[in-house]
Amino acid sequence: MRAPYERERLESRLADPMRGLTPVIRSCVRWARRPLQPATRLWRRNLQLRVVAFTLLMSVGVVLLLGFVVIGQVKNGLLDAKEKAATNQATGGFSIAQEMANEGTQSQDGTGANPPQGPIDSGTWLTDLVQQFASGGKGVYWIVALTPAHRDEPTFGEATSNAHGPRSSGSVLPDRSIPASLMHAVETHTGALKQYTTVYTDDGAKPKPALAVGKRLTDINGGTYQLYYLFPFDQEEKTLGLVKGTLATAGIFVVVLLGAIAWLVTRQVVTPVRMAAGIAERLAAGRLQERMQVSGEDDIARLGESFNKMAQNLQVKIQQLEDLSRMQRRFVSDVSHELRTPLTTVRMAADVIHDARDGFDPVTARSAELLQNQLDRFESLLSDLLEISRFDAGAAELAAEPIDLRDVVRQVVDAAEPLADRKGSRVVVRGDTQPVIAEADPRRVERILRNLVVNAIEHGEGRDVVVRMATADGAVAVAVRDYGVGLKPGEATRVFNRFWRADPARARTTGGTGLGLSIAVEDARLHGGWLQAWGEPGGGSQFRMTLPRTAGDGLRGSPIPLEPEDSRRNRAVKSSRPPAVGPGRGPSGAAAAANVPVPRAGAGDPGSPEGSIGGRSAVRGPRIPPVPNASPRVPTADPAALPGSGARVVGHKEAVREDDV
Amino acid sequence: MKGRVLVVDDDTALSEMLGIVLRGEGFEPSFCADGDKALAAFREAKPDLVLLDLMLPGRDGIDVCRQIRAESGVPIVMLTAKSDTVDVVVGLESGADDYVIKPFKPKELVARVRARLRRAEEPTPEQLTIGDLVIDVAGHSVKRDGQPIALTPLEFDLLVALARKPWQVFTREVLLEQVWGYRHAADTRLVNVHVQRLRSKVERDPERPEIVVTVRGVGYKAGPG
Repeated sequence: MRAPYERERLESRLADPMRGLTPVIRSCVRWARRPLQPATRLWRRNLQLRVVAFTLLMSVGVVLLLGFVVIGQVKNGLLDAKEKAATNQATGGFSIAQEMANEGTQSQDGTGANPPQGPIDSGTWLTDLVQQFASGGKGVYWIVALTPAHRDEPTFGEATSNAHGPRSSGSVLPDRSIPASLMHAVETHTGALKQYTTVYTDDGAKPKPALAVGKRLTDINGGTYQLYYLFPFDQEEKTLGLVKGTLATAGIFVVVLLGAIAWLVTRQVVTPVRMAAGIAERLAAGRLQERMQVSGEDDIARLGESFNKMAQNLQVKIQQLEDLSRMQRRFVSDVSHELRTPLTTVRMAADVIHDARDGFDPVTARSAELLQNQLDRFESLLSDLLEISRFDAGAAELAAEPIDLRDVVRQVVDAAEPLADRKGSRVVVRGDTQPVIAEADPRRVERILRNLVVNAIEHGEGRDVVVRMATADGAVAVAVRDYGVGLKPGEATRVFNRFWRADPARARTTGGTGLGLSIAVEDARLHGGWLQAWGEPGGGSQFRMTLPRTAGDGLRGSPIPLEPEDSRRNRAVKSSRPPAVGPGRGPSGAAAAANVPVPRAGAGDPGSPEGSIGGRSAVRGPRIPPVPNASPRVPTADPAALPGSGARVVGHKEAVREDDV
Repeated sequence: MKGRVLVVDDDTALSEMLGIVLRGEGFEPSFCADGDKALAAFREAKPDLVLLDLMLPGRDGIDVCRQIRAESGVPIVMLTAKSDTVDVVVGLESGADDYVIKPFKPKELVARVRARLRRAEEPTPEQLTIGDLVIDVAGHSVKRDGQPIALTPLEFDLLVALARKPWQVFTREVLLEQVWGYRHAADTRLVNVHVQRLRSKVERDPERPEIVVTVRGVGYKAGPG
């Protein structure tokens, strides 16, 4: 019963830490990396630091390599010399020992002077021999003598007093100091043999490396024993230590000096480069008279020279362009001004003639009328040109004050009433239940809106024009929607071009100058606002002006979507959804949506160009409420859903659909 | 109605056309085409109003305006091809009462000329006080402590308009209509400039006005008196 549960728990315990640990590790890494960030940034940005660091690293490597090689060489040399000297010394010693043994044997055999010494003598003799030899090489070598008996019983205790024990000088422990392999080799060979070993002493000193040279000899009684010379490397180690210390000191010096040199050298290169970078930045910032200081004739100087040449050429070119553009602006401005005086005369003359036209024959009277009308047009064209040239010259000033856009809209709509009547359109204003306050230049805003409304009426084909206002999120917007011919793909941006006309063949009843929307865009831009257009062929268009509520603030979005909710695409989306989507919508709205033929007005319809001047990423931002007029007029809560919300509008809808077919 | 108008303009065609229009409206125009001779022509013609082009050969219109203003309060209407704020304000500050931007319609010009001339013809015996100023409307004089203050007719009109209704705050548009006689004028720079000029003459401390008080966001009113 418990087992599955246990297993489950175990599994979860195994799995959990892994799952829980990954983010922990990640955050740890992040936490650890954070204090390093300034350093890594410095590393990435500072060429000099990198060069110096690399130089240090590489010189350390080189110095270490050199050190190892040199020390190895010195060590080998020292060892070779030591070995040679040791071998000579030992060979000499061995032959002396053998001679002494031979002499002893002869005297013993020949004279028989000391018979009682006999075989016992061989131990004493050996002790004497060792002492004698050792006294000659104090501090230079130690002597160890091993007898076969000792080798047979290596664990035998008090060696030195025993006749068969090993003898050694300088409190060397023979058993541990002479390696067994050497003992064996010496036993089986006749010549002198040598091996490196470690000498242990019983006086508490540290074990020392040494060279052991040994040989099998015969003692005074003809018995064999082994005699070893042990040469410690004290002197050599001292020498080697000195060499190492010298090398290390030199190496540190070399590395530090190399680092310093690298720092100095890179500074020589990096400083002009940094200077060039700084001056390039200043040039980019518009200070065109900045130049590099050039001294000498090296590569850096060449860099500086060509840099300066480039800056010079740039300055000249920019100056030329500026002059040219200033001249051109000046020319436009001058032409506009110069034209004004003769135009005033012509205008006055035309007025006089026009006033007297009753007495003319019909042809002359009509001519006087035409003259008058065209003079009006000429005049407005001239003033528009002048306005544009003022924008181009950057001379336009914003006289912003808090205004209620509803007043401006009302003025504009009132002024456009005669034109609308002539065209058979109605201008419907929505969203004017609450104040729409913004800091704006009333003259410019009025000009923008007049342009939009007049355009909408002109291109509205006699259908209604809806002006919507909304305010939200630090922005105010006025959108002017018409249901006329609309815009073809790509035209939504081109409408703002100077002297652009949708259809050059179309008759212009009000004789616009072709500069109206260009000026309107500049006006909006001067406020820090947007003027954008949307349109679909046959489905009308919508122009939306968005202004920041406080002059100079940035815009994040617009309270009104650029594409109206009754665009073909939106209607298609809406009608493809179940009716539950819009419970608040009145029956007429639902009917209108349902009546729209879905397939033709598919969402993939390319005919829904959207153009923008300010950037439309935020257009449909979810933060912005679509329509803030949550007024109790429920069925027509969204004015865009049903333009005009009247019988005529339904007719328009059908007309629109006919266009679709 | 008196109607001597001096036209100072170097463009002969425009001058002639102006002459035709002004004569048609019952004025007596005289002409001067040179800035240097403008003052002499002014003294000789003794006009009731000066139409002054700002761009003149010789002495420019601004200088001429200052010269005339230095010795007379006669209304001056500038004709300017430049509608930029700076040019207009400079012209107004040099003493012009009003301005017309080329190209203008004859009726517009005539309306302005008439508005500037009409004022002199309705003297009503009236004594007004505003602050420590005493205004004799009929005698066309303003005195502080018995000392007369010299004002141009336009400045006088502005002051009288404010002083007649000291309880009322005048918007710039209302002042334009009452003082300048405009119906649909949108240009409130005129009011601003002339209020400044008036203040520099009648206020003890123009930085802290007490006679002509600004009501922020609305307009101007007469100070407590």
